[in-house]
Amino acid sequence: MAEKVLKRPDSMYAEFTRKGGAAPTATHYCPGCGHGIIHKLIAEAMDELEIQDRSVMISPVGCAVFAYYYFDCGNLQVAHGRAPAVGTGMSRARDDSIVMAYQGDGDLASIGLNETIQAANRGEKIAVFFVNNTVYGMTGGQMAPTTMIGEKTVTCPEGRCAEEAGYPLHMAELLNELKAPVFIERVSVSDISHIRKAKKAVKKALQVQKEGKGYAFVEFLAACPTNLRQSSEQSIRFINEEVEKEFPLKNFRNLSEQVHPIVRGKSDYSKEALDNIFDLEHDSSMDSMDIPDFDQIGVKIAGFGGQGVLSMGLILARAACDEQLHVSWYPSYGPEQRGGTSNCSVIISGSSIGSPVVYQPDILVAFNRPSLEKFAKDVKKDGVIIYDSTVGDCDTIVPEGITSISVPATRIAMEAGSKKGANTAMLGVMLAIGRTRLSDDAFNRAIEETFAHKPKLISLNQKILNDATEWTKSNVE
Amino acid sequence: MATQLIKGNSAVIIGALYAGCDCFFGYPITPASEILHEASTHFPKLGRKFVQAESEEAAINMVYGAAAAGHRTMTASSGPGISLKQEGISYLAGAELPSVIVDIMRAGPGLGNIGPEQGDYTQVVKGGGHGNFRNIVLAPNSVQEMCDMTIKAFELSFKYRNPAFVLADGVLGQMVEPLKFPENAVKPEPDTSWAVCGNAETRQNLVSSIFLDFDQLEEFNFQLQKKYELIKDKEVDYEEYHVEDASIVLVSYGISSRICRSAVDAARKEGLKVGLFRPKTLFPFPEDELKKIADSHECTFISVEMSNGQMKEDIIMATRFTRPVELVNRMGGNLVTLDEVMDCIYKVAGKEE
Repeated sequence: MAEKVLKRPDSMYAEFTRKGGAAPTATHYCPGCGHGIIHKLIAEAMDELEIQDRSVMISPVGCAVFAYYYFDCGNLQVAHGRAPAVGTGMSRARDDSIVMAYQGDGDLASIGLNETIQAANRGEKIAVFFVNNTVYGMTGGQMAPTTMIGEKTVTCPEGRCAEEAGYPLHMAELLNELKAPVFIERVSVSDISHIRKAKKAVKKALQVQKEGKGYAFVEFLAACPTNLRQSSEQSIRFINEEVEKEFPLKNFRNLSEQVHPIVRGKSDYSKEALDNIFDLEHDSSMDSMDIPDFDQIGVKIAGFGGQGVLSMGLILARAACDEQLHVSWYPSYGPEQRGGTSNCSVIISGSSIGSPVVYQPDILVAFNRPSLEKFAKDVKKDGVIIYDSTVGDCDTIVPEGITSISVPATRIAMEAGSKKGANTAMLGVMLAIGRTRLSDDAFNRAIEETFAHKPKLISLNQKILNDATEWTKSNVE
Repeated sequence: MATQLIKGNSAVIIGALYAGCDCFFGYPITPASEILHEASTHFPKLGRKFVQAESEEAAINMVYGAAAAGHRTMTASSGPGISLKQEGISYLAGAELPSVIVDIMRAGPGLGNIGPEQGDYTQVVKGGGHGNFRNIVLAPNSVQEMCDMTIKAFELSFKYRNPAFVLADGVLGQMVEPLKFPENAVKPEPDTSWAVCGNAETRQNLVSSIFLDFDQLEEFNFQLQKKYELIKDKEVDYEEYHVEDASIVLVSYGISSRICRSAVDAARKEGLKVGLFRPKTLFPFPEDELKKIADSHECTFISVEMSNGQMKEDIIMATRFTRPVELVNRMGGNLVTLDEVMDCIYKVAGKEE
């Protein structure tokens, strides 16, 4: 029996060479500290479950910052409080790995509280080992989120006062409010009988990981005789008689029999798969060419959000792209898209494009009065303004000498079958006046490409385009 | 060869996918959110891993976890989010983990607004987090380069085991241009000499940035500086446009550099000898190349940027105070205009006459 108890688990190094120093088999922990016991319980469970090779231990900031001195498995050292986020990254990248986050009370329940709760709530495949000794250890005995009311620490020298510092955080209870966790238990490592029970909880948490079932959380009530200035007897009594009252020991949850393993897919790196999701076989233009005699044309399209301002710009850009011209499209973005006015700039050019923002448009398309008022004054002297006839009388807005066309865009679209196509009617006018130097064919193809996944809309929009072109021929000199 | 009209932010994800990135972790922020959206659409289709993180800190630490496993991983954000990520970036640099971070800069400080700016230059190019580290920083100026430089960022970050940034702005993120799709798809394998993969082969590996011993940490810091010197030596990238005979040399990166190119064309038409020097890498900054120009003939430099002269300082340092360096800049979400650049050109040209 004695021989068995003293056996060193294989998942723990025989000599702690990463620690250095003259005593390679001594830990860096203080006498009476709970970490050494918990380390050993974890390592034993790793042996028993035969998961050493698959295991990745995440060392926190705190006394266990050097957990990687001891565990003979893959090791990561991470920032204060971030172990569950790092564990998420590791677990997602390596579906077969068994990820453990080993954290103290300051790390897990204070600076890392968000990461703790969110990883638990996602049900990440991580075993979180939470060492609650009611005080910051490595950093020097400050108050922890789990410090008890009346308990004295360096930063609450008169004892924790609820009015000033609130109440101890009950992490197991808090996480037990979430749906995703598979296993939650609070144990103590104060004495032999408690340690035996703790061992079972550790093994169950790691069994959940071995089976890939999700999130497991074990909270250990542990001693910190150094920072709490206790003898070892005092520390055992403190945990058993005081801390346990505040943090009752129990299994909160074990769903390991009810839940199925979570399997994340294998990453597909093939070029075929990539080309396929972007539909490169069917949807591809020729590269743009330099056409020296094609001067740059700047188009500004503006209206209310929802009037098809941005999509009209994109169809125009597509038409130009298909003609192998250089083209750029740039929208107003952010809150402007939602509710208020919206606009986009399209530049079509025979050579490479500088700024994609059109300040002085050759063509302004205005769907509403505010847009016309905002941009009309910027239009180039030989430019054209195309606006929706619903805007009303615009003589006072359109600067003198600038061509303007009032288009019954909504009516043209409605008569063709849908008032939503007013933007396509505007495109038809733009095509007919010829300023973009783009062909009928280019516009029609751009519509086909734009609505490739909604075939019904192709013929409708092509009809609107055609009707608007005809309207322009009859109504515009 | 395939070309499509693509938004700058989407081009980042296209580049990442072809570069073999299989883990994306991000948090929404305008004007970078489409990167997150595109990742959420495409990564799961390919069995690649996507998590919308609870915060920017969590996202960068998820990157740390996947990077520690030797996988190609990335995140993307904008100024306020990058500020939050700086802790994690310092740890990535300290643990020498390859990773790609995309910054679609918006206007600051504080909440600022969502308009385009280049005010993150200093926090990204000079390191930003605590400690003596540098990021590799690539500065695209087109949708094509948003894709290509994301691919290059992965290459360089793995070559040097160092975080690499793609530093762009709201305009480049939001604009649409034709994109030539990448011709190759990378199938990466973790480097088992250092990665922790949760398997027998890598069981002895440790990813960490702790060195308790002062001398060891100092030695590590010197090693890092050597690495940065090597990067400076090997990886400088830039583009010159009519610089050779230029008496006025515009220096500009990102979206501003495109406006400058138009300015060079306009000025040359008027017979003014103006050129453009565009750094494509901001770290390493093309110091020697700028010094060569400064030494080769009399000229005035004009730093054109959407920030408070953050890059201008580097131009002054690179040219060792030997030539005047003027500044044309806008902030707050405004772009530098062609007229503003031309005005400065006229002013400088007038002085010289």
